[in-house]
Amino acid sequence: MHMADALISPAVGGTMWALSAGLIGYCSKKVKNEMDDQKIPLMGVMGAFIFAAQMINFTIPVTGSSGHLGGGMILSILLGPHIAFLTMASVLTVQALFFADGGLLALGCNIFNLGFFPCFIAYPLIYKKITRENPTRNNIVSGSLIAAILGLQAGAFAVVVETVMSGISELPFSTFLMLMQPVHLAIGIVEGVTTAAVVIFIWKARPEILNAAASSVPIGGISIKNVLTGITVAAVITGGALSWFASSNPDGLEWAMFKTAGVEELESPHELHASLSKVQEKTAFLPDYGFKSDESELILNENKSTEENGTTAATTEDKKHQSSAWPAVDSGTSVSGLTGGLLTLTLAVAVGFILRHKKSNA
Amino acid sequence: MANLHNNLFDIFYMDTLAAGDTWLHRLDPRAKVLTTLIFVATVVSCGKYEVSMLIPFILYPVFMVTLANLPILYIIKKMALLMPFAFFIGIFNPLMDKNIIARIDLTGIVVWIETIGLNNIMGLIDFNGLKGITGTIDVSGGWISFFSIMMRFCLTVGAALILICTTGFDSVCMALQRFGVPGPFIVQLMFLYRYMFVLIDEASRMLRARALRTFDTGNIKHNLFGQMIGQLLLRTLDRAQRIHLAMCCRGFDGHVRMVRKMNFGMTEILFVAGWSLVIVTFRMYNIPVKIGTLISEIP
Repeated sequence: MHMADALISPAVGGTMWALSAGLIGYCSKKVKNEMDDQKIPLMGVMGAFIFAAQMINFTIPVTGSSGHLGGGMILSILLGPHIAFLTMASVLTVQALFFADGGLLALGCNIFNLGFFPCFIAYPLIYKKITRENPTRNNIVSGSLIAAILGLQAGAFAVVVETVMSGISELPFSTFLMLMQPVHLAIGIVEGVTTAAVVIFIWKARPEILNAAASSVPIGGISIKNVLTGITVAAVITGGALSWFASSNPDGLEWAMFKTAGVEELESPHELHASLSKVQEKTAFLPDYGFKSDESELILNENKSTEENGTTAATTEDKKHQSSAWPAVDSGTSVSGLTGGLLTLTLAVAVGFILRHKKSNA
Repeated sequence: MANLHNNLFDIFYMDTLAAGDTWLHRLDPRAKVLTTLIFVATVVSCGKYEVSMLIPFILYPVFMVTLANLPILYIIKKMALLMPFAFFIGIFNPLMDKNIIARIDLTGIVVWIETIGLNNIMGLIDFNGLKGITGTIDVSGGWISFFSIMMRFCLTVGAALILICTTGFDSVCMALQRFGVPGPFIVQLMFLYRYMFVLIDEASRMLRARALRTFDTGNIKHNLFGQMIGQLLLRTLDRAQRIHLAMCCRGFDGHVRMVRKMNFGMTEILFVAGWSLVIVTFRMYNIPVKIGTLISEIP
């Protein structure tokens, strides 16, 4: 479920970084305000627990394969969503740095997919609603099972959307979806069952731990709704800026000009006719992008234009071919254009500055 | 279990590497984090059909591995272990995208080889036998983007591994803090890293205890699993409490302080600026194509 850098575009990666950074900032603030510092070591140790718990595998009865504890759901139940999100984010960061499990740019996506959905959607909207104030064996089981399954389904769906919007993988939306959702249904069931087993054990052995987590009333101030609205607006603006930048510079961010290794070397002024005949229509009107116009409701603004950029193919060398195929492109602008990397960097630094500014104000 | 143990040894080993003492190790961690981010973002920003443009980017990992005395085989091995993931997603590209976007003209290549006099390099390789070959090879967009994905994968994963192998986790955390990542998150990361080893030891003690008491050395049944994990969790919580008390005794106030000083001096500025310039140049000009054109124009 971890996404890799190789499969995402800077626009998607940058946007998700901004989203996740915003959520981390929000949770950090929340945690700082509401908790006694007893919870600080608790958070760290619980993150380590997630790693350690993955050593203990059990056999899944029918298939014979082995399963282990996931993360987001159990953390939410034991620690509450804010701490759980931070813990999950730290686990994913360590995985990205040491195990290269999910890349650095994809870290934003991974934190969002594996942290946001279980902690802020599945836990409050499903688990809490099912268990309410007085947990019983049955509602713990059904609550964890349903919440884990739906949390993972939402995460898997987000993976599909992010991958397809990035446009690096050719997997069409529907095929990828059909691949991901059933697999994550199975994973979700395993995660739900393991979560339920552990929660029940804790509930029997040390019920006060669960009660403490359940009764942790979020302290007033900013509500998650406002934060989410804010973050969404920021993401749309970011995405919009990114895609505006990209579309005004075909060389900028997402352009799909192609050159194959060593192939251009054959293009020499001698009559070697060793040129490639490039099918410009291919890059210009990528057929696989067709689904996007159908499902554009799903897609945030920025990525709609990402798609346009993806289709904007231009190379100076191919100008002759190109000018007829894609008149919007002018070779002059294709040479200019900063790299998408610089912009993403600026974005990340900007987020950092904003967070620091907030921190110094707080 | 074996897998996680290997990962643990990996982390130990990477920490050993990070304790090296080359000028790259001594560089301010912020410089390395910044350069790595620029590198990864730039590589990822290349178009999906880019192959040749990605080639020069290899310079950065090569530079770092060389000057930081990192074991190149180890880095390659780690990348190879992770390869299957990118491979399985990427391999769908040739299946889905069968449009031919490139045609390699074999006749042209043969003529080209003759023109630049490659047909008889020092009499060792005789390409004259190729003369009769004509025709073309069609390359689909899917294969090109597949190779592009694999190259991105190697470059981005390599850059991340190199960062941690030259910098070390604590220093990366401190750099992130200086970049404005919120304090509680940094403390969280450092705690996680510190206690990962302790709790993995705890878990392996439990597993060993179980293995010694069961004749069936094999799998843990589901009902036992909940109890074992629950037990581990309770031990974790108790440990967290002890840690907290110990920390309070030592005056913990929510901030972790490092003895090591960070200094973003001239070397760091040159390092970041130099690499940014190189990386951006690679991104803006397709160097291999430029060189290729240059070479084929000469004769």
